[in-house]
Amino acid sequence: MNFEAIKVIYLTEMARTRRTIMQSIISPVISTVLYFVVFGAAIGSRISEVDGVSYGAFIVPGLIMLSLMTQSLSNASFGIYFPRFTGTIFEVLSAPVSFLEITVAYVGAAATKSILVGLIILITASFFVPLEIQHPVWMAAFFLLTAITFALLGFIIGIWADNFEKLQFVPLLIVTPLAFLGGSFYSINMLPEIWQKITLINPVVYLISGFRWSFYGQADVSLWLSLLATTIFLGGSLAVVHWIFKTGYRLKA
Amino acid sequence: MAPILSVRDLEKTYDGGFQALKSVSLDIQQGEVFALLGPNGAGKTTLISTICGLVRPTSGSIHVCGHDALSEYRAARQMIGLVPQEMPTAPFEMVGDTVAFSRGLFGMKPDPARIESILKDLTLWDKRNNPIMALSGGMKRRLLVAKALAHEPKILFLDEPTAGVDVELRHDMWRIVGELKNKGVTIILTTHYIEEAEEMADRVGVINKGEIILVEEKAELMRKLGRKLLSLSLTEPLSDIPGSLAHYDLKLEDEGRSLVYTYDTQADRTGITSLLTDLSQAGVRFHDLQTDQSSLEDIFVGLVSQG
Ligand SMILES: Nc1ncnc2c1ncn2[C@@H]1O[C@H](COP(=O)(O)OP(=O)(O)OP(=O)(O)O)[C@@H](O)[C@H]1O
Ligand SMILES: [Mg+2]
Repeated sequence: MNFEAIKVIYLTEMARTRRTIMQSIISPVISTVLYFVVFGAAIGSRISEVDGVSYGAFIVPGLIMLSLMTQSLSNASFGIYFPRFTGTIFEVLSAPVSFLEITVAYVGAAATKSILVGLIILITASFFVPLEIQHPVWMAAFFLLTAITFALLGFIIGIWADNFEKLQFVPLLIVTPLAFLGGSFYSINMLPEIWQKITLINPVVYLISGFRWSFYGQADVSLWLSLLATTIFLGGSLAVVHWIFKTGYRLKA
Repeated sequence: MAPILSVRDLEKTYDGGFQALKSVSLDIQQGEVFALLGPNGAGKTTLISTICGLVRPTSGSIHVCGHDALSEYRAARQMIGLVPQEMPTAPFEMVGDTVAFSRGLFGMKPDPARIESILKDLTLWDKRNNPIMALSGGMKRRLLVAKALAHEPKILFLDEPTAGVDVELRHDMWRIVGELKNKGVTIILTTHYIEEAEEMADRVGVINKGEIILVEEKAELMRKLGRKLLSLSLTEPLSDIPGSLAHYDLKLEDEGRSLVYTYDTQADRTGITSLLTDLSQAGVRFHDLQTDQSSLEDIFVGLVSQG
């Protein structure tokens, strides 16, 4: 293993965050607080409780998941797209670095950033509503799995995209809707029967459900199903990354 | 001695179906400076990129210090430093950091003293805390050399190191190459400037349309293909070359005021003595004469236009 290479790529990526601290950390926090005010305060005053949890507290896990997903995705996709765009990726590709090392470094850095953002949001939320975390270990597990899975997905998008439009396309047109429709702001039990069924094809439902369960012990789907779905998602992303490096797709002519 | 780099029957066909390399074989010896010459699109960058692992070969093999470039890519790449033709840099990174980054990529522990000496050699030490975007084009190119040297490679590829740089910088680059050669680094460079190959190279390879059409010691090449010209400034302009001189390779130039004789330096007899005798017999008088040796450039143009 070329640990030194993993280290320098990871640290360089983290240094980029420090240079762009506004976009990287502060803006997601502000937008989450806005969600919180709009959904929690305005709508929450009409919906008092969901499954025995106050609406304000109910949406916290969904909000954290939402930002965890979008942050992982955008950090990772940009992190690999930018060196491809400027051409500096040549250096990594001609160094004695394996695909696993490249992926660990870039995806690790992106996941670290989104986890930081997620934690900051969690802390911010605790000022607004009373929070409880019944299963901290599970919470940490879902937190990590989601951050890593979506960072992998972002990594794939960053390699696939050959222009800035494509780079924004998947997060904006696919992941954000899936996250919103995946029960960030409601329990899927609140939907009409037919929609409850349709919603189950949305992988994000399982992530949010499992994550919310770790907070309040309330879930839309069973915990093990959540875990299984998340793991399949992770495995699928890993397989695609492996294929990318094996074939040199979009990286090597 | 076994070559430090050995390329065998290397072929590359790009996805679009274009064949950029056709059965290229090449051996590079330790410590030499090898210049790869060829017109635009000849396949120089493709060849270098394939050796460095940026382009996947279609077939053939590459060995670097005996290590297969694909199956033992770590050992092979460890030996190689690459300065690409384009100058890709991350605009916001600091000069010093980016050189340290390059070293780390090759799995080597940080070595500030080493980085300092590399930056000083390339006169970038003063700029170590500046972002890359604050460098001039010439400094960027030196920075790319610094990055390529950060892991102390045995082989350095310079893909058109002096494309679009001014005369001073070009001489600067020649100096850097000379110093590296003295330190025992093997250097493979591509260039369009023949004078550059003439100046720096020990051996010259010519590539055209994906094929290596010639590899030769530079001195040998000059000698073998070198033609000399003897120009005679005539006292009286001539309208035609006299019939008695028809068997010489002669041309009239400058509206008949000068007579140019082309001869082969390789030949045992250059024919100059007999030409001069025949000239005076034909009553052609001259008041001055000079000789010219053809440069690599002439040789190169001759080769490529044949191909
Ligand atoms: N990624 C690619 N896909 C398809 N064709 C390519 C690709 N890269 C290069 N080529 C083609 O391969 C041929 C050789 O290109 P290459 O860049 O190796 O030439 P070169 O000798 O370096 O030229 P130059 O002196 O202009 O740098 C060209 O015809 C080019 O169009
Ligand atoms: Mg080129």
